Amino acid sequence: MDSFQQTLFKLKRYWDERGAIIQEPYDVEVGAGTMCPETFLRVLGPKPYRVAYVQPSRRPADGRYGENPNRLYKHQQLQVILKPSPDDILDQYLGSLEAIGIDLSKHDIKFEEDNWESPTLGAWGIGWQVMLDGLEITQFTYFQQCGGIDLDLVPAEITYGLERLVAFLQGVESVYDIEWTKGVKYADVRLADELQFSVYNFEMANVERLWKLLGEYEAECKELLAKYQDYPEKQRFPVLATYDQVLKCSHLFNLLDARGAISVTERVGVIKRVRDLAVGTAKMWADQQA
Amino acid sequence: MNFLLEIGTEEIPHWMIPGALKQLASMNLFGATPQVDATPRRLVVRASGLPERTPDEEQIIKGPPISAGDKAAGGFAKKQGVELSAMNKVGDYYELRKLVPGRAVRDILGETLAPTILGIQWPKTMYWVGGKTGPRFIRPIRWIVALLGDDMIPFELAGVKSGSVTRGHRKLGASSIPVTFATYESELRKNFVILSADERRQKLVAEISALGAKPDADLVETLTFITEYPTAIRGDFDSAYLELPAEVLTTVMRHHQKYFSVESAAGKLAPHFVAVMNTSGDPEGLVKRGNERVLKARFNDARFFWDVDQQKNLADRVEDLAKVTFQAKLGSYLEKTNRVVALVEELGGNAHAQRAALLAKCDLTTEMVKEFTDLQGVVGGLYARHQGEHEAVAKAIYDHYLPLSMEGEIPSTHEGRILALADKLDTLRGCFAVGLVPTGSKDPFALRRAAQGVVKILVESKLDYKLDDLAKGELREFLLDRIKYYFREIRGFKYDEVNAVMASGCGTLADVEARLTALAGVRPTQDFEPLAASFKRIQNILKQAAFDPTVVLDPQLLEAGAERDLYTDFVRVRDMAKKETYPNALEHIASLRPRVDTFFDKVLVNAKDDNVRINRLTLLQNLLTEFSTIADFSEIVTSGEKS
Repeated sequence: MDSFQQTLFKLKRYWDERGAIIQEPYDVEVGAGTMCPETFLRVLGPKPYRVAYVQPSRRPADGRYGENPNRLYKHQQLQVILKPSPDDILDQYLGSLEAIGIDLSKHDIKFEEDNWESPTLGAWGIGWQVMLDGLEITQFTYFQQCGGIDLDLVPAEITYGLERLVAFLQGVESVYDIEWTKGVKYADVRLADELQFSVYNFEMANVERLWKLLGEYEAECKELLAKYQDYPEKQRFPVLATYDQVLKCSHLFNLLDARGAISVTERVGVIKRVRDLAVGTAKMWADQQA
Repeated sequence: MNFLLEIGTEEIPHWMIPGALKQLASMNLFGATPQVDATPRRLVVRASGLPERTPDEEQIIKGPPISAGDKAAGGFAKKQGVELSAMNKVGDYYELRKLVPGRAVRDILGETLAPTILGIQWPKTMYWVGGKTGPRFIRPIRWIVALLGDDMIPFELAGVKSGSVTRGHRKLGASSIPVTFATYESELRKNFVILSADERRQKLVAEISALGAKPDADLVETLTFITEYPTAIRGDFDSAYLELPAEVLTTVMRHHQKYFSVESAAGKLAPHFVAVMNTSGDPEGLVKRGNERVLKARFNDARFFWDVDQQKNLADRVEDLAKVTFQAKLGSYLEKTNRVVALVEELGGNAHAQRAALLAKCDLTTEMVKEFTDLQGVVGGLYARHQGEHEAVAKAIYDHYLPLSMEGEIPSTHEGRILALADKLDTLRGCFAVGLVPTGSKDPFALRRAAQGVVKILVESKLDYKLDDLAKGELREFLLDRIKYYFREIRGFKYDEVNAVMASGCGTLADVEARLTALAGVRPTQDFEPLAASFKRIQNILKQAAFDPTVVLDPQLLEAGAERDLYTDFVRVRDMAKKETYPNALEHIASLRPRVDTFFDKVLVNAKDDNVRINRLTLLQNLLTEFSTIADFSEIVTSGEKS
């Protein structure tokens, strides 16, 4: 039986062999691998790109103090972007499952319609959730639009839910029982993380300050967006740093949401604030690339 | 010649497949009948008896008038590429009979298949090559088989060249299978693809029944179009989970996992499930075990939600509804709750109904409903019972979203009906007040369904509310529309009967129903339709006379014979009908027919004497007014008229 990290190595190796850049996780908080600049920005424009990376993804509202065997505040995704999508992409994907030891002739694989949409990113795509013996192990999406921009080269995005996948492979019922490496359980590595961040996210995060921070990052982002137009040397302009501000705003939004600080009426408004920043940055990036 | 088209795709959403097949079934195949089939990965059209060529056709092209002279005719002939001598003179004009040779059907199909395929309408499409201007389809097209007789029909679509090679089941079949029209279906079968949906459905139904699955037609359809080779297996779960409400367990199995539930002989949920795989078997039990693990985790979640939710009773959640938006312009669910409580009271709901109204929306704040939104109401009802609320309260909450469709059940208790009615009425009144009125196919707040629910509850529970007391203005008109729809489409009354009864006013819906039933009962009797025709005549006469119905009838002015006889019987029937049930009253009214006929035969309404004339019009007016309280007979389309 492979450990958590051995499975990861195999998946990375598999996509390495198919020409993907193997990136390390992005170092700003994100709610999903899709939000990393390696996906959000790179899918825009006419340049082909292939990348795979593990992205720890923070969803404050999903925290369960480490008590629920299947729900995590921070789970790890293996995100693969193939731009443009190769014709045999689904076979390649199934090959990756075989590569980590799943004999698909003995299992039940179904592709069930599941289209993806992110209102905060102005992005959507068409795809499936991939079901393995009734377990959703992957989200597969053909991006159609990102940051409000129609995509020239339609990329395939493959997002593996690593904890679920490995719990399945190892036959354990709680993600905390996953063997991370020999003699070390997932709980040993991550349980404290889950507990403490649940306490912080649900009980202690200072709502007033979070709102203030959201305002500050938004202001920084807007200021940068406003300066691009007249900036003489476009290639030097810190578009990537601007995008970091968007990610900060998005994470703060998620924290406020977990604290129950955003009413349903406000919600739409705040989502729009973040989307405007994301869309503005995407436009700027596309322009800089052109 | 035989024709085979297979559009090989990535997995198409199951619910869109039948619609696509319907479109392909109307494909033009030169007189041959298309037979269509599909799996999630292929749309297939087959046909026999296509001609090799389309027939030659003679085309008649009209030329210039003969009077225009030879020069004009010569120019025309030149343009058409023929000698002047090839033209005929027909009447005053030149005419050219031109032979248009037929074409090879294979060539035509080579040109038309690609646009035909892309012409299939889907609820949502994507592009995958060539950016936004590229071809759009439901999912990427990966291969195409196109054969006519022994030949391939060459064309290209989205970078895919047509050929004669298909693909089998993703894991059990070969990925490259040469086929002919004759071998196509059997080759697929060898490669674990059952092409016919009927056959897959039969296999699936036979297997799930053998495993004791509770029948579920919708789920069978879904699974038929989600699999290429369906095989059922049975799994088990710990009977300790049976402590959770059956509603929750079934929802998890059905909606989240697409499993059939299994019931014991006594009709109680048993600790098993039936799953349908897209593969040929599970000899090592791996798939069974995998599905059992998933279900266990789901059930654990549900139990976790149940336990967490019990830490705060529904009654303590009412204030939390202030944080849940009902609709931006209509405020929170707390505000809605307060309105519904007041409305339930206004409608005469008892203390249980009012209590239920107060608690009805509280389950929206529970973890269980956040996870299983389909169970709103049901969860509230279950929690209320668990938390010691009166059974009438629990049941009313449980049922208050009913009826879910026009065919669905209405709430089973009086309290539930009042609550369901008040909840829907409040939504309708609120939305109409802020201008959120359904237009055309747009009805984002499902107001039609709410209105139909109101109508169905009012009729079927014979509640004693008058439409005018429940709704005014635009909403009243909207409800009237739904009422007519209900009696026509759901209850099967004829449209003119519905119009006739509704034209006489709409009090309580139970009364409308009673009048409709009476009218439909009397309609086939011999006297009825002729009488209805007479009423229409009366109405026309009064209209033409621009009659002002303010005058009181003077019996002294009535002429002996037909006129006085009609009056006498009119008075008799009028007095009798008032005391009678609707069917009897209608029978009496219908019995007036000979009198009315004789009146029109013998009596001239437009008498010379103005007083007599006005008196006769008044008599007719009285007939119309007095006998139109059950139904306006002039709305009845009689057999002499075109409907």
